[in-house]
Amino acid sequence: MASDTESSTAGRPGIQGRPVARKVLGPFSGYSKIEAAFYHLKAWLKSPSPYLMVLGFMLLMGFWWLSVEVWKLPRFAGMPGPTAVVREWFSREPTFGLSFYTPDYYLHILTSLQRVFIAFVLSTLIGVPLGLIIGWSRTARDYIFPVLEMLRPIPALAWVPLAILMFKSSEGPVVFLTFLPAFFATTLNSMLGVHSIDESYFRAADCLGASRWQVFRHIVVPGALPFVFTGLEISIGLAWFSLVAGEMIAGEYGLGYVIYTSYTMVSYPTIVIGMITLGVVGYVSSAIIRAVGMLLMSWRSRELGLGGQ
Amino acid sequence: MLTSLDRTNTKTMRGAIRIEGAVKVYGNAERSVVAVDNCSLECPPGEITMVVGPSGCGKTTLLNAIAGFHSLTSGAIYLDDEMLCGPGKPKADPGSDRIVVFQNGALFPWKTNLENVVFGPVMQGKLSIGEARDKARTMMAEAGLSGLENDYPGQISSGVRRRVEIVRALMNDPKVLLLDEPYRALDSLTKSVMHESLLETCYRNRITVFFITHDLEEAIFLGDQVVIMTSRPCRTKKLLKIDLPHPRNYSIVTSNRFRELMDETMDAVHEEAMAAFRLGEREG
Repeated sequence: MASDTESSTAGRPGIQGRPVARKVLGPFSGYSKIEAAFYHLKAWLKSPSPYLMVLGFMLLMGFWWLSVEVWKLPRFAGMPGPTAVVREWFSREPTFGLSFYTPDYYLHILTSLQRVFIAFVLSTLIGVPLGLIIGWSRTARDYIFPVLEMLRPIPALAWVPLAILMFKSSEGPVVFLTFLPAFFATTLNSMLGVHSIDESYFRAADCLGASRWQVFRHIVVPGALPFVFTGLEISIGLAWFSLVAGEMIAGEYGLGYVIYTSYTMVSYPTIVIGMITLGVVGYVSSAIIRAVGMLLMSWRSRELGLGGQ
Repeated sequence: MLTSLDRTNTKTMRGAIRIEGAVKVYGNAERSVVAVDNCSLECPPGEITMVVGPSGCGKTTLLNAIAGFHSLTSGAIYLDDEMLCGPGKPKADPGSDRIVVFQNGALFPWKTNLENVVFGPVMQGKLSIGEARDKARTMMAEAGLSGLENDYPGQISSGVRRRVEIVRALMNDPKVLLLDEPYRALDSLTKSVMHESLLETCYRNRITVFFITHDLEEAIFLGDQVVIMTSRPCRTKKLLKIDLPHPRNYSIVTSNRFRELMDETMDAVHEEAMAAFRLGEREG
């Protein structure tokens, strides 16, 4: 991106110090972050992407509506149609007991959010340092990596019996099951992040007299950060994923619980309400992680696009 | 500007590298490759030694041994008569008295240019952050890099990036600068400017430079001495003192003396390039 500041002075210049006079200014230099955000929003609205996004959702809804309510395809017989779901969702007195107007709806969301949050924070606090250390130290890798690789393919559902045996509380097993896959994803990606760092950065740091700890702090951590955040995005997705498995064993509250009990209680529109809510909350949480990552790695967006368009 | 005469007078006697019978064998007993075979070489202090050889001839192995990234199988390397590596100590310790400027550049992309430049002295605890920043700003200004302090390396051109990297090295007041084909990826116009900028840096800092290249013209333009290496295994084939006067600028490329020196070395280099070509050595 940065146009070559040298080529214009080629030919036969003198040897005296030539100042690199100007630098390429990003489109937002001198603007505040809020103005930059507005600029991005406007550019986004002018581009086709928001309209294609709306179109994509409309196609999905249209297909759902046509197949269930208009054509009444045999495969979809008994499934709730979009109008039934929307009517239930916006109803002040929902037939099956769950809508925007019932406090229970938010209690379910909150309970699930809380579980995912605890599991995600734990998996990050343990997984990131562990992954960085495994990636950095060969000895640590030799100890820990084979064990991790053996445990990783075991699905969350297979842990249910042990989880119940291990934790006496009702919250414990759910959080544990949510934590596990998130933890593996975070650890593995953090490790790969360290491996992705170019050897010459380590050598340069050695040349410049950095101690082992300084290398970890100044090279390993920032160098692995792009992979770490990819790992966190995957990890929060997996956390929501396995949350449902966990909530099926713990009673009372949570979106997974809503979906599962609605099935046994034959309240079909509520199943879909639970599913869509899960999708939206999951999407938002991934987006938040992504935004935090971008904020922490401003060097990257500046490098990629000088202001990150 | 220092003339060549001034340069000899003010030359400090530090940063002399002596390589004695260096041997490097890769691999094990069954399959081994001799990368460097009984290579001896002296780099006088404060001078620029250009090491020329075809790609993959083992010259980077030699540089890595001086820097302390790799061990030697046998032989010894001395810096100012102090043994870096040799009998009983196959691998030198990397240190800020010998700093490498890498082929693909190794500025930390997650640090701004200024943070990169202050890295050495701050990590070693030689300077406080404030002092280091002041020194860095001064040195960047001297190198014509003012105004780029708060940019990230990814935002500036690769030529300017190399200059920042050289400033980062010079911040540590090293005895030796080890350059591993640093201008390989640059276009020829940028390269010529970079060459003059490097010479200017050397005039200002009186530093020993060990510079690896496969570009003969670059070698003669920059070097006080040019060492031509044989293709793998790497050995010194020909050593040539370059008597072109300092300060040099690009006009000397067309001078008769420059052409004579090119003629004198061209055959030797071409021979080795042919040898490497026949072996089908991998680049690198």
